[in-house]
Amino acid sequence: MPTLTPEEITAVGLSLRVALWATVASLAPGLLIAMLLSRGKFWGRSILNGIVFLPLVLPPVVTGFILLLLFGRRGPIGAFLADTFGIVFAFRWTGAALASAVMGFPLLVRAIQLSIDAVDRGLEDAASTLGAHPVWVFLTVTLPLMLPGIIAGTILSFARAMGEFGATITFVSNIPGETQTLPSAIYTFTQIPGGEPAAFRLTAIAVAVAMFALLVSEAIGRVVGRRIGVEA
Amino acid sequence: MITVDVQHRLGSIELEAQFVSDGGVTALFGRSGAGKTSLVNIICGLIRPDRAHISLDGDVLVDTKRHIFVPKHRRRIGYIFQEGRLFPHLTVRQNLLYGWWFTPAAKRFGDLDQVVELLGIGHLLRRRPGLLSGGEKQRVAIGRALLASPKLLLMDEPLASLDDARKDEILPYLERLRDEIRVPIIYVSHSVPEVTRLATTIVVMVNGRVAAAGPTSEVMARLDLTPFADLEAGAVLEAEILSHDESFGLTTLRLGGGELRVPRLDERQLGTKVRVHIRARDVMISTRAPEGLSALNVLRGVVAELGPCDGPILDLRLDCGGEAILARLTRRSVETLGLAKGTPVYAVIKTVGFDRQTLGAAYRRPNAADITTVPI
Repeated sequence: MPTLTPEEITAVGLSLRVALWATVASLAPGLLIAMLLSRGKFWGRSILNGIVFLPLVLPPVVTGFILLLLFGRRGPIGAFLADTFGIVFAFRWTGAALASAVMGFPLLVRAIQLSIDAVDRGLEDAASTLGAHPVWVFLTVTLPLMLPGIIAGTILSFARAMGEFGATITFVSNIPGETQTLPSAIYTFTQIPGGEPAAFRLTAIAVAVAMFALLVSEAIGRVVGRRIGVEA
Repeated sequence: MITVDVQHRLGSIELEAQFVSDGGVTALFGRSGAGKTSLVNIICGLIRPDRAHISLDGDVLVDTKRHIFVPKHRRRIGYIFQEGRLFPHLTVRQNLLYGWWFTPAAKRFGDLDQVVELLGIGHLLRRRPGLLSGGEKQRVAIGRALLASPKLLLMDEPLASLDDARKDEILPYLERLRDEIRVPIIYVSHSVPEVTRLATTIVVMVNGRVAAAGPTSEVMARLDLTPFADLEAGAVLEAEILSHDESFGLTTLRLGGGELRVPRLDERQLGTKVRVHIRARDVMISTRAPEGLSALNVLRGVVAELGPCDGPILDLRLDCGGEAILARLTRRSVETLGLAKGTPVYAVIKTVGFDRQTLGAAYRRPNAADITTVPI
């Protein structure tokens, strides 16, 4: 196997870091929003639903541009975060993580939401008549039964984050070592003469990572599914 | 002791029910849609009623006037659902202990071993619910509710989803529950065999209202409920085992009004009290002492009451030496035989009319030997 150049290794490492952070950071809010959308009855539910799923249907470039407007140095949220907490997204790898998280969020929420909808409310009622406080009902019944959906959603959003390109390049550009993720690097190599071998190597890595994620997802799903069993 | 007084709008019907249960098994009987399940859901806190006062052992659970509503997880009411509702991600053992963990140590009674022994589920402990049969699931569900040390057990048609063989498998366990564990039970059912076998008190519900309530034998002997509650009348009597006839495979029971021969009962000591349900349709009437008859049971009595009659069939109540026996006849037979209140008659009951559904253990009233505060 041909060896990777340091530049390529950096791009792969950065992509993994960005995807990992994007996934980990969106898990808790994803769970909360999925819970709200699945179980909540409140005014503005459809609007929330729309906002969450918008990145799925918008051109990624539009999402990236909106992120730039909001989280850029002079954007309302970006300026506030930079002044108060010193957190900067623009043209940093953190911005790439944010863009990836936003793009993967609908997939995560949809998978979790479907798994919540599939949880039999009767089991939760049974748990509460057995003396379990609602928090315990959630932790001991609802959450374990949602687990396959959570795992599937997490892996989907991780894979999506690994492949995020349009929103990322619009929001944080294509700076080697800082925001040049795997797809950005492949794009760059295809634009320069003689870059094809490098683009090919990175493509192979992208395919391998994606395949690995799918296999792991399926294996975990199978194990968890067997543990949970099927109630006839 | 539980007192229930509920008013609640349920779609097109108005649920309006009052009843009191003082131990034993209280059956809520009625057609589907009569509001039985909603009533137990209100009792355990799954539904918030429009207006209600419910108290259990002196503690108020719901009082809409005083804005009291104890949340469901703090009521300590065990609920056995029609479909079991075992947690699929936990083993049988973990299911059984689920409520146990949430019960304060001081309020627990019984332990896993006792419950497992009572319900005969020891061999299932390490399995997962998905692999159990319907009957096994229901026994585990009962055990799980018991181990939460409830002050009251609600059972919503626990046998409805099972076939007859499975019902016969579970009924004895329910009888043991009734007689060995002093937790009052509210039992929702539209099955006459289940109710006559288990209930100590029957509350008949029709269109969201209580149409009749009282001890099982009294409610079952009422002739006016059949038309609108599907409660087919029949005598529910307590009898004592007098002797067994091994050669013919029969058991003789002593009733107040005479003797009754039934198919051989399994392993019942002489003198044991059993409950007999004599279905009105299994009883024939003769005005003269019958001869050359295959039926083994002939009881003498007089006609005590004729039921309402607007079709071809009517029910009669006979007084046979103090026991009320019900008979279902055609109006034509009643007229041909000239039956009226006070007519002396012979009630003919076929032995083969008795089966597992009509013969069960008699309710054993609490006595000093029972442990009531530590019921298992």
